Amino acid sequence: MSLPVAPGRARSRRRKEALAALPWLAPTLLLIAGVVIYPAYLMFWTAFQKYNSYGILQGPAGWSNFFGKGGAFTFPTVPWTSVWTNTVIWVVVVVIMTLALSLLLAQFLSKDFPGRKALRLLVLLPWACSVVLTTTVFRYGLQGDVGIFNRFLVDTGILNVPYGFTKDPTAAFWVAVFVAIYVSLPFTTYTILAGLQSVPNDILEAAHVDGANAVQRYWQVVFPMLRPAIAAATLINIINVFNSLPILTILNDNGGYHTGHTTTTLIFQFKAQLGPGVASALSIANFLFCLVVVAFYFWIVKPTKEVQ
Amino acid sequence: MATKGGVFRKPNPWTTAIVAVIVAVFFSFPYVVMVISSLKTRAEITQQPPDYLPTSPQWVNYLDVWGYQAVDPGQALLSSIVVALGATLLVLLVATPASYYVARYRFPGRMAFLLLVLITQMLQPTVLAIGLYVEFVQWKGYLVWLALILINAAFNLSFAVWIMQSFFASVPKEIDEAAMLDGLGRLQTMFKVSLPLVWPGIVTAIIFVFVNTWNEYAAAFVLRNDKLQTLPVAIPSFLGQYVKEWHFMFATAVVAMIPVIILFSMIEKRLIGGLTAGAVK
Repeated sequence: MSLPVAPGRARSRRRKEALAALPWLAPTLLLIAGVVIYPAYLMFWTAFQKYNSYGILQGPAGWSNFFGKGGAFTFPTVPWTSVWTNTVIWVVVVVIMTLALSLLLAQFLSKDFPGRKALRLLVLLPWACSVVLTTTVFRYGLQGDVGIFNRFLVDTGILNVPYGFTKDPTAAFWVAVFVAIYVSLPFTTYTILAGLQSVPNDILEAAHVDGANAVQRYWQVVFPMLRPAIAAATLINIINVFNSLPILTILNDNGGYHTGHTTTTLIFQFKAQLGPGVASALSIANFLFCLVVVAFYFWIVKPTKEVQ
Repeated sequence: MATKGGVFRKPNPWTTAIVAVIVAVFFSFPYVVMVISSLKTRAEITQQPPDYLPTSPQWVNYLDVWGYQAVDPGQALLSSIVVALGATLLVLLVATPASYYVARYRFPGRMAFLLLVLITQMLQPTVLAIGLYVEFVQWKGYLVWLALILINAAFNLSFAVWIMQSFFASVPKEIDEAAMLDGLGRLQTMFKVSLPLVWPGIVTAIIFVFVNTWNEYAAAFVLRNDKLQTLPVAIPSFLGQYVKEWHFMFATAVVAMIPVIILFSMIEKRLIGGLTAGAVK
């Protein structure tokens, strides 16, 4: 039990403790302030500045980068219906399919069989190799002329003739959905595997003794205990998938404002063609969405409870 | 163990083997295709329709690619090595004292600090890419390396702080206190007593930061210049409008891939705890 301390003295002690911590934390705080918070501020500032076609600053722009003649949300020829639909499909389909496949895969990899360790390492491959490298293989394989996957699809009778997937924005988009699921599987599977390890064996045995069959044991014992792992993996995946740039851009051989964009790839298209002001305007929308997901993460997963 | 009680019934070995083979093929086929394609001649890789295998493997591609003028993979490899090593070193220097102090002491603002760290873990260079571009666009020439080192260090810092603080916290406080009673200062205690005990945590953080930086795309893409690009940005540019050097691109990709596969497999077991920030044990 600590003795009651006068409020003034307690406050000065608290200040002293905080000051003692500062030298240890200062480098981390400086780096976060300089390279995470400052660019976020710059992005907001840039969104309200006018740039000419050479990217030279022209002065304040008000809201014209958002809703002006050449604004992010009003620029003609941008197929906005496709962009919004793509963005929603992209995040929802990739995240849900990744989760469903990872649940199956993790269940399999948690079994005891010879070669399990090697197999787990193989599953890690798409995570270790950069997304860019993995995507370039699919870009090559699905070329209409030289693509090796096209040859395979024709040889196995799935296709009659090779198809130029990367030339067609819609086909390229769906290939990108597949690749995005593919590269998200390792992280999600490993997170669920870690969750599976936290399910105590004696609880499963007790459920078995009580007459629960395998399906009941999974849905009524294992699955509820996986909830924290699923919540964490899902929310992290939403951010990662939403922010994914290289898969969609590398797989699409089309230029300009085609019908295969999401809001993230559109930002980089805007930056190349309309300058940083308009690109920032759209980035802010993306940034706010990410902050909402982060808020959900803290609300549902409560990651800070570990370090009380 | 596995056979006891009926719950942990041994699965049918044949079904298991078949599923295992399907999983193995599914997760390795792009990389096998990558290696095979890197061993084809230019004529073979542009043949229509293509053959599955080269008539004889062209190991010489792995030598010739370095002399290829349009992309300069040697420069890209050097850029990737410098940026990844620089970011890793910077993270280590910055995250070690922070994670040690957070694990060892309670102080006002501790939770706020950890919250800030966790928020940056959820954000990515991609969503701030335009802001980063505006901040660093004037950093020309080799300063691009420094810019990318700072960016990658900042966005990977949180993972390192998180995993290292959990390792520091697992070392009994009494060991530190004994050292300090013997007259060591806080800094000396951290270096001489705690650090050697949390070595596995540090190795995990190092490798994870290295691999993430090695693979980072968005910031490296907006800050690229003609002379300096990292591998993920340089590799797709083997494919020009008219000339597509698929075989050279895949040879470079294999070179870029092998070191990170080895490093990543070394920390396989410890990847989860840090990434989901303790939500999963």
